[in-house]
Amino acid sequence: MKKITSYIALSVLFSSSLFVACKKHITGRTDDINALAPASTDMNAGTWKMVLLTRPDTFAVAAPAAVTSSGYVGELNEIKGFQADMSEDQKKQMKYWSAGGVLRWNEIMRELVAKHNLPPYQNEDGVYPIPSSTNPFNYPTFPFSNPPYAARAYAYVSAAQYDALVACWYYKKLYNRPMPYKTDTNVKALATATDLPSYPSEAAVMAGVTAEMMKLLFPTEIDVINLKAQEQENAAIMAGAATRSDIIAGEALGRQVAQAFIARAKADNAGKAVGTQADWDALEKMNLDKGETPWYSLESPKRPPMLPLFGKVKPFLFDSATVVSLCPVPPPSTSSADMKADADEVLSYTKNPTAENIRIVQFWADGVGTYTPPGHWDAIAAEDFITKNYSEVRWARNMALLNMSMMDAAIECWFTKYHYCNPRPSQVNPEIKTLTGIPNFPSYISGHSTFSGAAATILGYLVPERASAYNDMAQEASFSRLAGGIHYKRDCQVGLDVGAKIGQYAITKAQNDGAGQ
Amino acid sequence: MQTAKHVTMKFFTMPRNSVLAGLSLLLFSNPLQAQTDQDAIMMAKNNLCVGLMYGHSSWKNYWEGTYKRDNENIGTLSTSMYSIMPNYGISRRLNLLMNLPYVQTKASAGTLHGMKGIQDLSAWLKWMPVELDMGKSVFSVYGLAGASLPLTNYTPDFLPMSIGLHSRTASARLILDYQYSNWFVTASGTYTYRGNIKIARTAYYTTEMILSNEVEMPNVASYGARLGYRSNRFIAEAVLMGMNTLGGFDIRKNDMPFPSNKMNALTLGVNGKYNLPWVPGMSLTAGGNYVLHGRNVGQALNIDAGIYYILDFSKKKAATGNNSSGKLNEK
Repeated sequence: MKKITSYIALSVLFSSSLFVACKKHITGRTDDINALAPASTDMNAGTWKMVLLTRPDTFAVAAPAAVTSSGYVGELNEIKGFQADMSEDQKKQMKYWSAGGVLRWNEIMRELVAKHNLPPYQNEDGVYPIPSSTNPFNYPTFPFSNPPYAARAYAYVSAAQYDALVACWYYKKLYNRPMPYKTDTNVKALATATDLPSYPSEAAVMAGVTAEMMKLLFPTEIDVINLKAQEQENAAIMAGAATRSDIIAGEALGRQVAQAFIARAKADNAGKAVGTQADWDALEKMNLDKGETPWYSLESPKRPPMLPLFGKVKPFLFDSATVVSLCPVPPPSTSSADMKADADEVLSYTKNPTAENIRIVQFWADGVGTYTPPGHWDAIAAEDFITKNYSEVRWARNMALLNMSMMDAAIECWFTKYHYCNPRPSQVNPEIKTLTGIPNFPSYISGHSTFSGAAATILGYLVPERASAYNDMAQEASFSRLAGGIHYKRDCQVGLDVGAKIGQYAITKAQNDGAGQ
Repeated sequence: MQTAKHVTMKFFTMPRNSVLAGLSLLLFSNPLQAQTDQDAIMMAKNNLCVGLMYGHSSWKNYWEGTYKRDNENIGTLSTSMYSIMPNYGISRRLNLLMNLPYVQTKASAGTLHGMKGIQDLSAWLKWMPVELDMGKSVFSVYGLAGASLPLTNYTPDFLPMSIGLHSRTASARLILDYQYSNWFVTASGTYTYRGNIKIARTAYYTTEMILSNEVEMPNVASYGARLGYRSNRFIAEAVLMGMNTLGGFDIRKNDMPFPSNKMNALTLGVNGKYNLPWVPGMSLTAGGNYVLHGRNVGQALNIDAGIYYILDFSKKKAATGNNSSGKLNEK
């Protein structure tokens, strides 16, 4: 018996040793990146052309107190107090934010988009409830951050951050208050030391403008956002990069700039994009009158089309007349041989999908519960921007150019989708099974392709050495929708072309904003 | 000599392989667990038992977190599994068991594409350190160490259509068995370590955004209880099995399932095995079970059927075929 028990003990020991050896926790790609160390301070960014505001001094920022004033000395002591006794948690937050505010807010945005990207569940009677911005906590919570919603949200936050930072840079240069660590040698520069003036604090400008925008875009997350905003501001103080007065002035400026964007957002027609039963019926009738088979929802119960009036949202890079003129030629008639051939081609991809094609479909799926294709392109861009050592204002400018392109791509794409209301391949041929969820809106043209064409075009301008890589990615993203069985090749090709045209508008803007490449 | 009840003779040593105890246990995807690694039966030394098994699992309702629902865009999700299961007696106290399944999924409604392919190879070392013969009854203890390895690059990130979770696993299991006359009760407990997996995506949301293609897989604890009757000719048993992932997160309302979800299930089922009198060494099995309660899993009904044949590679080909246990007798 003794022998037996020792056998058991040994075997248990052996088995358990298998389990303790392996580390499971995942480290994200940007969890441990270094502090942002800008190659240039972009001191003249206060002169860059803004998106919405006409002047950098639209909102006044009062002159700061002299660095010799007793009030300022007290503020320096606050920094020293922080630096003398910082908890591990505070150090972690400081390190997190030191990687760059535009980057971190973009990551937070992507997280919120993924969190809220859930289509509402039907009521008992099979009717789908619609999220309401006036009652955001009620199920289905507001928003449902589907691709058009997300594209617009990314664009507004990025553009507002950009305008706010241009104004910030304007006042930094105007007042030229040195960084706390330049004024007092006992204040340490715990992130990167730069020659940038500290007033108003760019960290606080970002915190203020973003927190304010989020009230509109993600109203159920305001508490979380405010906490993050406060962390960002404290991180700047702890790092020795801002005093309390730099923070207060910055946050106020950020919140004011946000108001201009909120006013625009409230009038940009996005609030009406869901449409009404009458709008949905009209779309169906339009195609029936033309003798075409209209798009039908392939969900059960049938779900109303996603944001059919999003094509009427006011774009950032061009006017609404241009939206109409950029609309591509119609797809083939649903009763034509061309259409049938297109569907047969889709079937040829899905019948026996290769492992590589399944991987590509999944890589680019960006469907329910994800940060959507615009978020995917933001992630791609952010990871390249990290290597470029941009100043915060240039980070914001490039993100704004990218995200305005993708919002306008969403507008153009949605305009086209509901202009033609072309059925999905699986509607034309139910034999076509899909390798990803089938989106609940018409087929022509592919959203992924339009987003990707626009993103690759503007990114290729901003980071020219990666232009061909972006183009390859866009091609693959576009192809993934054909391989997944949810788009005809035509949707993908035309989508890429339309997207590239929109990207060109962003390039033109970039060439004329005074920021250089 | 009819006293020794813990049967280890040739016919009885065949794996009574109503596989699917495991099929429903693992939910949306169905990594299969062989009955042989769950039961209290050993192969005789140098005997190789080869089983072919077919399993079918289907569910219409599933638990999204704790909320039970159906989904008209899936209809009924069915999984078919074809499996080859060799079991070799290294000695009468140590067996090596393997299982190689081919899995195919299909949804009866909606547009989602079914998946198919060879899934994970699993292997178990099954050791019987204790066998106490107490006259009319026998008490035995089994210790098992197991591992599984995905054999193909199937995708785990297309649930519920994926054929598996693509995790490498290592398991330890303890089985206690008590047999009185022909009646037996068996209790088992298992701890399974699941290695992290890689998915095609570069970022995903669980309860937070994770910027990685690596997914942390929660480990699994499972337990089982069996009550049944064993004789020379047949075995019949009722089985209660429970599985709990240690960690993981719930599927949110109307979200897609994800490999690292919390996946819990309690199943109740029956298994039977019949040794064909006219073909020595061959047996047939059948079984079924149903998920009584679960979390982030389908409420599956699982059925299975198998055929097993023993090849005796021992040098001594005694008429009894039993060289594994001198102390026990054939009835």
